[in-house]
Formats: sequence, structure tokens, C-alpha cells
Amino acid sequence: MIFDWLSSLIGNEIIAGIICACLPLFLFILPFALVAVLMERKVSAHMQDRLGPMRTGYHGIIQTIADILKLFQKEDIMSNEVDKPLFNIAPVLTFIGSYAAFAAIPFTSNFIGTKLDLGIVYILGVSSFGVVSILMAGWSSNNKYSLLGAMRSAAQLVSYEIPTFLVVVTLITVTGTTSLLNLSEMQTGHFWNWMILGGPGLNLTKFLLIPFMIVGAVIVFISTLAEVNRTPFDVPEADSELVAGYYTEYSGMKFAMFFLAEYANMFAVSAIVSALFFGGYQSPFGYLGNLLGVSWLVPFEQLFWFTLKGCLFVFVQMWLRWTLPRLRVDQLMTLCWKYLIPFAFANLLIVGLLVVL
Amino acid sequence: MLTDFGNIFIFILLAAVFVVFAIFLSSLIRPARPTQEKLLTYECGENPEGSPWVKFNIRFYVIALIFLIFDVEVVLLLPWALAYKSFGIVGYLVGFTFLFVLGLGMAYEWRKGDLQWDRPKIVPPVLDIKKFDTTIINGSEPQKKASVL
Repeated sequence: MIFDWLSSLIGNEIIAGIICACLPLFLFILPFALVAVLMERKVSAHMQDRLGPMRTGYHGIIQTIADILKLFQKEDIMSNEVDKPLFNIAPVLTFIGSYAAFAAIPFTSNFIGTKLDLGIVYILGVSSFGVVSILMAGWSSNNKYSLLGAMRSAAQLVSYEIPTFLVVVTLITVTGTTSLLNLSEMQTGHFWNWMILGGPGLNLTKFLLIPFMIVGAVIVFISTLAEVNRTPFDVPEADSELVAGYYTEYSGMKFAMFFLAEYANMFAVSAIVSALFFGGYQSPFGYLGNLLGVSWLVPFEQLFWFTLKGCLFVFVQMWLRWTLPRLRVDQLMTLCWKYLIPFAFANLLIVGLLVVL
Repeated sequence: MLTDFGNIFIFILLAAVFVVFAIFLSSLIRPARPTQEKLLTYECGENPEGSPWVKFNIRFYVIALIFLIFDVEVVLLLPWALAYKSFGIVGYLVGFTFLFVLGLGMAYEWRKGDLQWDRPKIVPPVLDIKKFDTTIINGSEPQKKASVL
């Protein structure tokens, strides 16, 4: 564990904890946001037969850095009508909500913020923190678009939390653990040990579980997509009708914080989907480090696979954004309450029966 | 001794400090020239009209109520999911009964129409052919005859 190692190296647990908390932010989220914003623009451009940003650096690779420098200099406009304390707290809370989830996500077998036994339950708990900050931003802006966007967003987030939670309970019945670290360790070895292919071991139950695990993975992917407000579920910030949804009134650095939190959330849910069903940081083909007898290579390989899987799911999210049209509010609620939740229920009952037999 | 949740508290504090520091840093170099126009609430360039506290669909409230029931149910399911394997088929039946009763409640809500959102009524533009035809015929008949002749 990186925390134990650091605290024995430095001799002070508080300082070790602070360094441990800094690592995901500065080594992971900020570089990822830089890459992902450019990736989003390039992916969308190439899907529409355009080139995207080309002028800033080779094929526009420093475009995002230029954008951040620009955002730093932007005036922070706060209209006369806003509720100032709430308006200022909302971006802080948004980022706290998305960053707190990273405390329990295992990056490698050694690199995890805290060895929490309740990992996945804790993550689902703090992810509902986002609802509070969104309602706060929408209400305090005193703007019709913001308020409408915030109400829609809150309804959407709370609705789609239920199918996610039901699928997670399904997985807990199979694995018997709520810690993401244990769950990832369980799926070690080759890709046929991943939960999407029925989990570790070789018996009849594993093969019977495969179709239900695929259904679970699809449900959890759809509902996490809705939880980060991405297209086709971006009704809360539908640009063509609500301008920008709950952050219409924000500008400058506060707007940038909402943006950063959105990208951090995108990666967090991708990491959760990959940790639940696709082996987390585990390599699909075994480790080169184990093969060569170089044990220090293994954590780096794990970090590589974790990043690769996370970025793959983020890419799928971007792909869907430029493929599917936006759903209406009634279609959104119908999909959640009349399709996803009954399917997740049936899935839970069948998997529970299969495991116990 | 730092516990697991102590570590998480450090994560939360760090996130807050990061955001506050970034906003503070930008406040040192950004301009601040407010004008009357800038300080108006944004409404696509128009002057803001009426109160922003618009009326809401009552469905949002109903959805929140139903969500509350389901969320409590999931919390009750968690310990069951962790422990039922040691009780075998009896443990499963306990959970099944719980979910069955909950499913009945959901079916009731569904039947009562609480999950039904208003769908937009599609009114396709209908061409009034009768009216359209008569005007054409009345207007163009003499001309047609003239051209035939």
C-alpha cells in the first residue's frame, strides 16, 4: 500500500495522507482532463468529417492548455440576482463530490487512496453528493434555465442511482465483497476471470452467470452514463433549449471547475464500470513483469491497463455523444423506471438463485 | 493514527483547497469591470422577464418520493446480499419475499400511472384538401379553358 509505505518513509501519517491525496489529482485527473478535452474535440471533429483544433501546436495538442490560460484571465461575472454564498459554494461542492470517489478507486494493487472495506457503497454514497451541488447551483443562480436544468438533473440523477445500486447488489451476491480492491484482486489472471465472463473459478455456475452479467454490465453502463449527464441523457444541460443547464450563470474559473468535475466524473464512472465487470487494473493476458521476473514492473503495467480501460470507456461515451440524439424527459424517465429497474430486479433475483444453487 | 475515513477527509479537504486556490489565483489576474448590462440575469440577450421561480411539473416530487422508498430498500438489501449464502435456499427465499412485496408496490405505482410522464401530443399539420382544391379549381378553370381553346 502506497499510504503505509509513505508513512513509514516520512514518519508522519498526516503528511503521508496529504501526499497520498495529492497523487490522483496531480498525476491523474488534471493530465486526464487535458487529454480528454482535446480528445472530445478531435473525436467529435473526425466523426463529423472535420479536423478539429489544428492551429495550436502540432494538430492542436496544446489547445487545452491555451484554453486554461484563457479561462484564468476571464472576468468572473456574478449577476445582481444571485444568492452569493450558495453560488460560490456550489463549484467547490461539485468538485468535492467527484474527487471523493477517487479515494476508493484502486489504480493499481498498491495505489489506492484508502483501503476501505465498503469501497463501492461509499462511492455510490458520495456520488449522490453531486445532486446537492447541482440543485445549489441551479437555485442560487436565480435564472430560469439554471433552475429548470437543476430540477431535471436532480430527478435524473436520483432515478438512475437505483439501477446502478441494484446491479452492484447483484455483484455483491456473487462475490461477497464490497471492497473494489478485493473485487479487482478476485479477477486476477486472464480475461476469462473477469466478472463479465462469470468471475473466477471453473464450474457450471460461471457459465450460467455469463448472460446475466452481460445484462448487468449494460444496465450499469447506461445508468452511469445518465449519472454523468452525458448525451443521450444530457437533458439537464440540453444546449439547444436550456443554454448550459445549471451552470448557465457561471463564468471564468468557477465554470472551469464545473467542467473539470464533469471530466473527473466521466473517468470515475468508467473506472467503476471497469473495476466491477472488466477486471479493474488487471491485465487480460498476464503480466510481463511476472514473466521476466521483474516484480517492480507489475504495478506500472497495472496502471497502464487501468488507464487504457478507463480511456476506452470514456471514448465510448464520446462516441455515443455524436451518434445518438437526445432523449426527451418522459423517455428518460420511462427508460429508467419501466425498463432498467425491472430488468435489474429480475437480474438480481435470477443471479441470487443461481449463486445459491 | 489515521483511519480509513480520516484519509477520505484529507481527500475532501484537498479537493476544497484546490478549487478555492484556483479561483483565488485567477482572481489575482482577471479583470473586474462590471457594467449594468453584465449584471443582469442571463436570458439570451433579452431583458429578464418575470420571476425565475417558474412552476414545476408535480412529477418531480412524485419521482423523489418513489426514489426514497427504493433507496431505503437497496440499503436493506445490502446486508442480505452479503450474508444470505450461508443460509442457503432459505436465505434466498427471505430476500425473494422482500423483493416480491416491493415488486407488488412497484406494479401498483405503475398501474396507478405514477411512473407515466406527460408525452408531447403530436399534432401533425393537416392540409385542408377540400378548401385547397376548390380555390385552385375556381381560380384556374377559366384559364384552363382559355388555354385549351
